[in-house]
Amino acid sequence: MAKHPVSLKVNGDEHDLLIEPRKTLLAVLRDTIGLTGTKEGCSTGDCGACTVIVDGKAVTSCMVLGVTASGKEITTIEGLASDGELHPIQQAFIDTGGYQCGFCTPGFIMASKALVDENPDRTEEEFRFALGGNICRCTGYTKILEAVLQAAEEIRTNS
Amino acid sequence: MSEKKEYKVIGTRPIRHDGVDKVTGRAIYGADFQITGLLHGRVLRSPHAHARIVSIDTSRAEAHPGVKGVVTAEDLPAAEDKMADLGEGAVSLKYLCDNILASDKALYKGHAIAAVAATSPHIAEEACELIDVEYEVLPPVLEVRQAMESDAPILHENLRTSSLGETGDKPSNIASHFQHKKGDIDKGFDEADVIIEREFVTGTVHQGYIEPHNATALYNPDGQLTVWCSTQGAFTVREQLAEILQYPISKIKVVPLEIGGGFGGKINVYVKPVAALLAKKTGKPVKVLMNRADVFEGTGPTPASYITIKMGATNDGKITAAQTSLVFEAGAYPGSPVGAGAMCVFAPYNIENVVIDGYDVVVNKPKTAPYRAPGATNAAFGTETVVDELAEKLNIDPLEIRLMNGAKEGDRRADGPVYPRIGFIETLEAAKEHPHYASPNGKKYHGRGIASGFWFNIGLESSVTINVNPDGTVNLVEGSTDIGGTRASIAMQAAEVLGIPAESVNPTVVDTNSIGYTAVTGGSRTTYATGYAAYEAAQDVVQQMKARAAKLWDVDEDNVQFADGEFSSINGKEEQISFRDLSARLGETGGPVIGRATMNPAGAGGAFATHVVDVEVDVDTGKVEILRYTATQDAGKAIHPSYVEGQIQGGVVQGIGWALNEEYIYNDEGEMTNASFLDYRMPTCLDLPMIDAVIVEVPNPGHPYGVRGVGEVPIVPPPAAIANAIYDAVGIRMTELPMSPDRLLKAMGKI
Ligand code: FES
Ligand code: FES
Repeated sequence: MAKHPVSLKVNGDEHDLLIEPRKTLLAVLRDTIGLTGTKEGCSTGDCGACTVIVDGKAVTSCMVLGVTASGKEITTIEGLASDGELHPIQQAFIDTGGYQCGFCTPGFIMASKALVDENPDRTEEEFRFALGGNICRCTGYTKILEAVLQAAEEIRTNS
Repeated sequence: MSEKKEYKVIGTRPIRHDGVDKVTGRAIYGADFQITGLLHGRVLRSPHAHARIVSIDTSRAEAHPGVKGVVTAEDLPAAEDKMADLGEGAVSLKYLCDNILASDKALYKGHAIAAVAATSPHIAEEACELIDVEYEVLPPVLEVRQAMESDAPILHENLRTSSLGETGDKPSNIASHFQHKKGDIDKGFDEADVIIEREFVTGTVHQGYIEPHNATALYNPDGQLTVWCSTQGAFTVREQLAEILQYPISKIKVVPLEIGGGFGGKINVYVKPVAALLAKKTGKPVKVLMNRADVFEGTGPTPASYITIKMGATNDGKITAAQTSLVFEAGAYPGSPVGAGAMCVFAPYNIENVVIDGYDVVVNKPKTAPYRAPGATNAAFGTETVVDELAEKLNIDPLEIRLMNGAKEGDRRADGPVYPRIGFIETLEAAKEHPHYASPNGKKYHGRGIASGFWFNIGLESSVTINVNPDGTVNLVEGSTDIGGTRASIAMQAAEVLGIPAESVNPTVVDTNSIGYTAVTGGSRTTYATGYAAYEAAQDVVQQMKARAAKLWDVDEDNVQFADGEFSSINGKEEQISFRDLSARLGETGGPVIGRATMNPAGAGGAFATHVVDVEVDVDTGKVEILRYTATQDAGKAIHPSYVEGQIQGGVVQGIGWALNEEYIYNDEGEMTNASFLDYRMPTCLDLPMIDAVIVEVPNPGHPYGVRGVGEVPIVPPPAAIANAIYDAVGIRMTELPMSPDRLLKAMGKI
């Protein structure tokens, strides 16, 4: 299959790639670039495990073709910690025990990050609504919500 | 509660040793594994629920550019009539192998038929479509009562019912029937003033782990087979591979990578032997990944069941008799968890007269696999609903009737065991004292329900070694894959013994060549049994280090004691040295210290839980909203309370999904019609409130810190608790799971 030139900016780094048009952004991130932190749980847009941030918005990367992401700025779970410091959301997930197997965690953290960047001032109900597209089978969500609320609070007080 | 012990590490909440890896994307799960020269495998699956395989022609697939190898059941060693022992009794090797790649018959839609290895996943997928399989389609049977009919389509021509020691003389879908009896059932019902008898049906549900199954296999020319994968137990994978491939265990190494959930569903192997066959055929490493539809259609769901429960009680609330018939679907091959269901069905109650009949029935669905307290949730749905009805008829509070009849130390369960110290009553008391139970409940269409549950927990083999580092930290090596924080809960037990912080223990989960045999992470055994092994290995370290201190001080070993992280000499010399300082002096006192322990502890100690739930029923749509949920559970001793709470909350929510939404939906051809996360609806955070987990601690006499397994029992009560709450809200007894809006509307007579 003919490959197409694609330029992606991922976690601040430029990647010039030749990719098959049938490859999803998820496959490009995981297989072509080797960023395996983003997970595949369904490849049908239903679980949120593959969530990354594209131009500031949380996106399920299994539902995006790699070629259509050309020129976009993408942040994955690997790009969240800076200068060896965890992002407050990452720290909050650790502190509250917001994960068990950890497979949904990259997706939840990226979805939460996009939400708090947009507006950290949300109620528990609003966060529940906004995170309804991410499935976690392990935690029952209680400690995930505690993590997100704790991180949002910290981001609010620090800004 | 018995005497309170003071602990330094046990009962605290340190962060997980794998915490940073899991929030930064660095943890390597099965699908993330890379190795040079990797090929990609894809499995072709049966489109039919029941069909004879007439022929398979792989030639077009083999000729497809980029394809490196194709395998079918012919590549498996001939398995006819052999029995395999996987530690839980003998199972037919043919059944095991046929579930990996079907030989003569496809027994469910999604049954693996053949597999391709190619240079890319896309090519492998294309090549699967080029495999020509001729099927003779047969009528499927999907429901246990139909499968038990004498004229039902037969799955296995050679399967005969084994019933109470006798073997049937003609083919049947009933694989087995067993019975437990206690007391005199007729006498028990004669003594009863009220008798309730009900039928229950539960749907087929899936464990629903978010990470699909995966395996990467490599056959070296020297015959060494290595498999990297996500699994609940590297050693059980090794055993299954050895049996299925008829290959020496000494030539197989299984490397467990991080696992994205299992809940019992990642014990049986599916694509691991397929990856091994493809690796052998191609001489290259091959990675096989399932997609979500493969997971639903090709891996073990947990069984649907048909259950009758009959219970009798006197006017003052004493339950005098209980009888049940548990009919569980096994899926395509025998082996449902009906045995475990039978152990749990009346376990919370001390009832003098009991009869339990269990049936294991094959149907045209994927072979079932364990799912968190396998069998117990189905059974408790029946029992706990009937107990609720008895309470109502007798005008007794539902918690009170449970308190009156609840099992205690010394009581004997119907299947035999006598309880050691257990904490069922304490969970009931905790529920009764919780503000939730006292809070108002009376709004229209709002209801409150109670239910309890039991899971026996298991021990099994675990091995741990502990290497002492010169800086006073230790490296703990274990074989239990960590699904939810057990690196921490195991390390903490070693830390407590050694008098060092949890952070000073570095736990590592290793492959099957690097540690002694360790059974699966399952049965709620890991914090209990591997934790116990860590405790013993740490004691071994202490013993050896006492000898080193004795050498340093030139005293008798018996004159060295260890407490609070300090070695000191008693009798005569005033000497003292900390664990840390002595760790730096191991070289001069005889070389490194390695503590070791292997165990197979018998005193797992059962776990009980009692749940209280408030619901609101939308009588126009049939939707049930969970308003408030409180779960009390006896953890024995919570090593890491946050992670115990997490287990409880997670189990509760899986139980809520089972209760309200989750089920395999089939069409008449026997095809699952909802094999996606969109259509198989698991709970999201939008569907739930915060789950209040209340830990009760009645120490388990079978563990040095009193640990009981906590992982499984929280899934047991929710369906019954919610059914009881729905009854309280709208006066309808739901006897079928899931209690989805359509079923509720039907039950209310609205459609
Ligand atoms: S993998 Fe993309 S939403 Fe599930
Ligand atoms: S932590 Fe396992 S799926 Fe969320």
